[in-house]
Amino acid sequence: MSLPPQGAAPTRRAIYESRLRRRSNLIAAGSTAVIVAAIILLVPLAPGWEAVKKSFFNGSVFARTFPGLLEAFLLDIAIFAWCAPLIAVLGLAIALCRDVRNPVLFPLRAFGALYTDIFRGLPVILVIYLVGFGIPGLGLPRPWNSPYIWGSLALIVVYAAYVAEVIRSGIDSIHQSQRAAAQSLGLSEADTMRYVILPQALRNVVPANMNLFIALQKDVALLSFIGPVEIFRQAGVYKSLMANFTPYVGAALIFLAVTIPATRYADYLMARQRGQR
Amino acid sequence: MSFLDIRGVTKSFGDNRVIRGIDLSVEKGELVCLIGASGSGKSTLLRCINLLEPVDDGEIVLDGIDIAEPGLDPRPVRQRVGMVFQSYNLFPHMTAVQNVMLAPRRVKSRTPAQLEEPVRALFRRFGLESHMDKYPDALSGGQQQRVAIIRALAMEPEILLLDEITSALDPELVGEVLDVLRQLRSDGMTMMLATHEMGFAREVADKVCFLNEGQILESGTPGEIFTAPKHERTRSFLARVL
Repeated sequence: MSLPPQGAAPTRRAIYESRLRRRSNLIAAGSTAVIVAAIILLVPLAPGWEAVKKSFFNGSVFARTFPGLLEAFLLDIAIFAWCAPLIAVLGLAIALCRDVRNPVLFPLRAFGALYTDIFRGLPVILVIYLVGFGIPGLGLPRPWNSPYIWGSLALIVVYAAYVAEVIRSGIDSIHQSQRAAAQSLGLSEADTMRYVILPQALRNVVPANMNLFIALQKDVALLSFIGPVEIFRQAGVYKSLMANFTPYVGAALIFLAVTIPATRYADYLMARQRGQR
Repeated sequence: MSFLDIRGVTKSFGDNRVIRGIDLSVEKGELVCLIGASGSGKSTLLRCINLLEPVDDGEIVLDGIDIAEPGLDPRPVRQRVGMVFQSYNLFPHMTAVQNVMLAPRRVKSRTPAQLEEPVRALFRRFGLESHMDKYPDALSGGQQQRVAIIRALAMEPEILLLDEITSALDPELVGEVLDVLRQLRSDGMTMMLATHEMGFAREVADKVCFLNEGQILESGTPGEIFTAPKHERTRSFLARVL
């Protein structure tokens, strides 16, 4: 974008573009106002609105439960915090398995392919049930029967499959000529991967992986189905105590407070990366 | 016996016979230019010598060792045979000096302290000392290609393969890269150069080979090839490019 030099008269093009901009801003503002007004005026006219307002948007229930929800959310953050690095490591390992070229290591390659096929093909909640109830069912002694361990493991194995695919796409995106250059210098396959291919590949897939970790942050709530009292479960407890759904709205707001900035940041990274190409 | 002896080498990609029996020998300190139309097999021949492509048949004897032997570990060979590519292929996430030091450190286990002086000397020699810590995208094409040459030289190769290294450059940048080759030639570096720079080939080559459809149709001194080509095809190629 080139702005006219300071003090210079605007060019014909600049005048035309500013007129266009003003017009489209006006239209956008007008249509937004109409829709917001419609929602504010029409929704309360719905026959069930009073009941919904009382059970979902109840101010006093919100105020009483919100601190407890925030506290429960700390558990979501903790689960996320120990799962995320393990997912990154396992995902990278699986991605590397899928990239080995040595025929001796073919079983590793097959394992990588099978792994990603299986865990990308299953609903997360199903894996959480199977692992979270199944493994402690073997009669393991405390603390090895904890749903925290096995629930986290379920999240880790599922998300590692997605991360592995993202990393593999990053590896594939590095042009063959980089590999040729590294090999022509006498670098081994392993050094070529470690020093030439991976640093570039991982950088390329940061935004895509960020999106996966945002999804993980939300899916931590699924662990509530096998025991841990994290925010979703805590909201459920409040709902039963107070016969009111407002705690769920509070939980939703807490999730959004984390995921919206993170999503925006991932989008920003992605846009910046596109700009660089 | 020559330093590099290529005997009866063939290479196909599927049904496409890119190299159809090439014999060529290169002496130590010689500069051999490969000329010919795109697709005549120049690049593929160089990639075969660097073992980036396995040859189908024939021998490539480097200093008495047949490096085309199937199953041979390519890495020791590549340490002796440097290669520079048309599109530079620098590693974009490393600075110029990191690009140059990577292979000596990983392959020859040199420490940065050991490399500091000789690497700086190479950069200084080719006029890039002030650009050592820049990333490739902050360098011009000619500078990037000179860094790529330094990167190959840092492994102290015995022969340098140069694959159309000026073809991707703006015309005004070609000269600075060719100057590097002139310096290397006066050092006695053995080089094979696939090129479209006929003027340069004529000026500095010891031997010029004209490739046509995967074969060396004609080879000789620059004088023989450029002033008195024997084959009609060589004549028509030269008429088109000169």
